[in-house]
Amino acid sequence: MIRHATIERNSILLLVLILIVVAIGGLVQITPLFYLESTIEKVQGMRPYSPLELAGRNIYVREGCYNCHSQMIRSLRDEVERYGPYSLAAESMYDHPFQWGSKRTGPDLARVGGRYSDEWHVEHMIAPRALVPESVMPGYPFLAKTPLNAAHIADDLRANRAIGVPYTDEMIAAAAADLAAQANPDADGAEDVQVRYPKAQVRDFDGNPAMVSELDAVIAYLQMLGTLVDFDLYKPEDNLR
Amino acid sequence: MTNSNHHGGRSVTNLAVGLALALGALLGLFLTARTVDPVMVGHGVLFIVFCGGGIFLLIRRHYDRPPVSDTGLVYNDAVTRAGVIVSMAWGVVGFLAGLAIALQLAFPILNLDLPWTNFGRLRPVHTSAVIFAFGGNVLITTSFHVVQRTCRARLAGEIAPWFVLWGYNLFIVIAATGYVSGVTQSKEYAEPEWYADLWLTLVWVVYLLVFLGTLWRRREPHIYVANWFYLAFIVTVAMLHIVNNLAVPVSWTGTKSYTLFAGVQDALTQWWYGHNAVGFFLTAGFLGIMYYFVPKLAQRPVYSYRLSIVHFWSLIFLYIWAGPHHLHYTALPQWAQTLGMTFSIMLWMPSWGGMINGLMTLSGAWDKLRTDPVLRMLVVSVAFYGMSTFEGPVMSIRAVNSLSHYTDWTVGHVHSGALGWVAFVSFGALYALTPVLWKRQRLYSLQLVSAHFWIASIGIVLYITAMWVSGILQGLMWRAYDNLGFLEYSFVETVAAMHPFYVIRAGGGALFVVGALIMAYNLWRTIRGDLRAEALPISRPGPAMAPAE
Repeated sequence: MIRHATIERNSILLLVLILIVVAIGGLVQITPLFYLESTIEKVQGMRPYSPLELAGRNIYVREGCYNCHSQMIRSLRDEVERYGPYSLAAESMYDHPFQWGSKRTGPDLARVGGRYSDEWHVEHMIAPRALVPESVMPGYPFLAKTPLNAAHIADDLRANRAIGVPYTDEMIAAAAADLAAQANPDADGAEDVQVRYPKAQVRDFDGNPAMVSELDAVIAYLQMLGTLVDFDLYKPEDNLR
Repeated sequence: MTNSNHHGGRSVTNLAVGLALALGALLGLFLTARTVDPVMVGHGVLFIVFCGGGIFLLIRRHYDRPPVSDTGLVYNDAVTRAGVIVSMAWGVVGFLAGLAIALQLAFPILNLDLPWTNFGRLRPVHTSAVIFAFGGNVLITTSFHVVQRTCRARLAGEIAPWFVLWGYNLFIVIAATGYVSGVTQSKEYAEPEWYADLWLTLVWVVYLLVFLGTLWRRREPHIYVANWFYLAFIVTVAMLHIVNNLAVPVSWTGTKSYTLFAGVQDALTQWWYGHNAVGFFLTAGFLGIMYYFVPKLAQRPVYSYRLSIVHFWSLIFLYIWAGPHHLHYTALPQWAQTLGMTFSIMLWMPSWGGMINGLMTLSGAWDKLRTDPVLRMLVVSVAFYGMSTFEGPVMSIRAVNSLSHYTDWTVGHVHSGALGWVAFVSFGALYALTPVLWKRQRLYSLQLVSAHFWIASIGIVLYITAMWVSGILQGLMWRAYDNLGFLEYSFVETVAAMHPFYVIRAGGGALFVVGALIMAYNLWRTIRGDLRAEALPISRPGPAMAPAE
C-alpha cells in the first residue's frame, strides 16, 4: 500500500496518477460508441449534405442557432407528438459537429423540414414577431441581403471527406455548380443535384432570383432537416443483434 | 552564480524568446497576407501586435536590473498583480455581457437585428468571458500566488509566467472577437476555432511547466493540498481541450474547421468535455482556492487531512464519468446514460466531503464571519457549492432530467454554481489577494465588501428562483395534455409564459453587476493606497481562558 505522503512528495507521480484516474471514465464511455451497432448503424435515406445545405448549416452554426434550438427529439411521448419520431443516432452521422443543442428557448428543429413554407421562413427570418408576436427570436434581415459566399465550397466538401463523410470526386468537382443549381430550378444541372443528393429540394428558396443569398442556403438547410429517413420504412428491430 | 554570468544567461533567454516572438509576428503577417477571410486578417494583425508588444517588453526587460533580495527569495508578485487587474476587468465585462443577453431574452428588440449583436453570437461571448476570461484569469492568478507561498519558492521562469498570462488573454480576445464576427465551432464552452485552440494548447503547456517547475523548487517536503487540485485542473483541462477540439481546418489560412467526430460520438465527447469544464475548470481549480484562502483567512488548519485525500481522488475519478447526464433520452445508448447518472449521484459524496472540509475549517473561528466580510463571502461560496452539488445529482436522475432538460432550470442550476460558488470564491480570493500583493494594510473599505456581498446575494437569489420557476413551469407545460389527450400548449404559449421570469432574472443579474462594480471600485482604491475612514468591526474577545489549576 502506497502511503499518500509518497505521492505528496513526488510531483511526477502525482501527475501520472491524476492522468490515469481522469482518463478511465472517458475511455469506458466514449470508445465503445465507435463500435456499437446502435451508434454506427446505417439507416436508409441518410446521405451527405448537398453543397447548398452544407453552406446553410454553416450559417446556422455561425449565427449560434444551437444556443436556442435543439435538434434531438427525445424518446418521450410529448416530444414525439410535438416534433415527430424520436431522433436516431444515424440522422446526425454526417454532422461535424453535432447540433443536438442543450436548450429550447425556441422549438426543436430536428424535423422542421417541410413544416412551413419557404415564404413563411423568409418572413420569419426577416421579422419573427411579424408572424409570431410572442417570439423572442432575433431577426435576421441581413441574411436575405447578403450574397452567399461559396467560392470555396469544394474545399468544405474535401475537409468533410477527410473526416469520413462519403463525398465522391464527382460531388467535389461539381460542388460549386450544384450549389448554384439547387437554388435555381431553371438552371442546367438541377436534375443532377437530385441524382447526387436524393430528396434534395431544388427551388429559389428566398424568392429572389437575382442572387443566391445566405437566406437561400439557410432555408434549404431547414427544409431538409429530418426529411431524409422514411419512418414508414424504418424498423428499429432491424438493428438489434 | 556571479552577477555577470547571471546577466549573460538573461541575455541569451531574452534573445531566444525574442526570436520566437519575431517568428510569431512573421506567421501573423503570413496569415494576414494569404487569407481570404477578413476575420483571419484581424486575428493575424492581433497576433502581430501581441508579438510586437512582447518584443518591446523584452527589450525593456533587458535593460532592467534583476530583482535582488537578501533572503534569496523574492516572490514574483508582479505577474499576480497584473492577473488581479485583468481578472476584475474581465469579470465586469462578462457579467455585463450576461446582463445584455438576459435583457435580450426579456425584450427581444434589443437584438437590434444586426449580425454582431444577436443573442446567438453574444451568448458565447458571455459564457467565455465569465468562465474562461474571468474564471481562467482568477485561476492562473491564484495558482501562481498559492504555489509560490505554499512551496516557499519563486515562480519558475521569468518570462514564462508573463507569457502564460498575456498569451491566455490573447486567446480570450481572439475567441470573443471571433464569436462576434461569426467564427465559432458551435461546441458549447469550446466555441473557439482551431487556430485559437492550438494557441491555447501552447499557452497551457507552458502553464503546466511553470506550475511544475515551481513545485520542483519547493522548500517544503510536501506538496500542499491546494496544489493537487490546481495540478489536476491543469492536466485534465489539457486532456479535455485537446480531445474535444480535434478538427480539420478547411484551409490553413482560414478560420473554418470541421470537428473530427460527428453525431453521437461528437455529442458524448462534447459533454465529456462540457461537464468536466464544470468539474475541473469550475470546481477542482476553485477548490484549490478554497483550500488555500479559507484556512488562511480563518487562521485555522484545514479541518481534515484524511478527508482532503478522499475528497481529491474520489472527486477527480467520479467527475469524469458524469457527462452522459446531458444526453438522457437521446440517441446515446441507454447504458451510457445510466452510467452517467449513477456516477453523477455518487459525485454528491465527494462534493459534500469537500464542502464539509471547507466549512469545518472554521471550527473555533466562526466569530470571524461577523467581523470579516471577505471570509463571509468565501464561506457562503462553499455553502452555494454544497447546494448546487446537491441539485446537480438530482437533475441527473433520468426522470427529473426528462422535465428539466432543455429548460431554464438548467440555466438556474448553472448560475447557482457559477454566481454563488465560482464568482463568490473568486471575489473572496481577489479581496484577500489585493492588500497582500500591493502591501496595503487592509482593503480600502470593508463596508463596501459587505454591501457587495448583500447586493450580489440578493441578485443570485432572484436569478435562481426565477429560473427554477420558469424552468419547471415550461417543462410541465411542454408535457401537459388536455382531457381529450392532445398536447395542451403550443410551443409559443410556453415562450410567452417565460416573460415575467426573464425580467426578474435580468433584475437579479443587474444587481450582480452592481456588486461587481462596487468591488472594482474598492480594489482600485485599495491599489491606490487609500483607506476609507470607517468604523472597523471589532472582534469581540472570547471568554478569558482560565489557566489550568
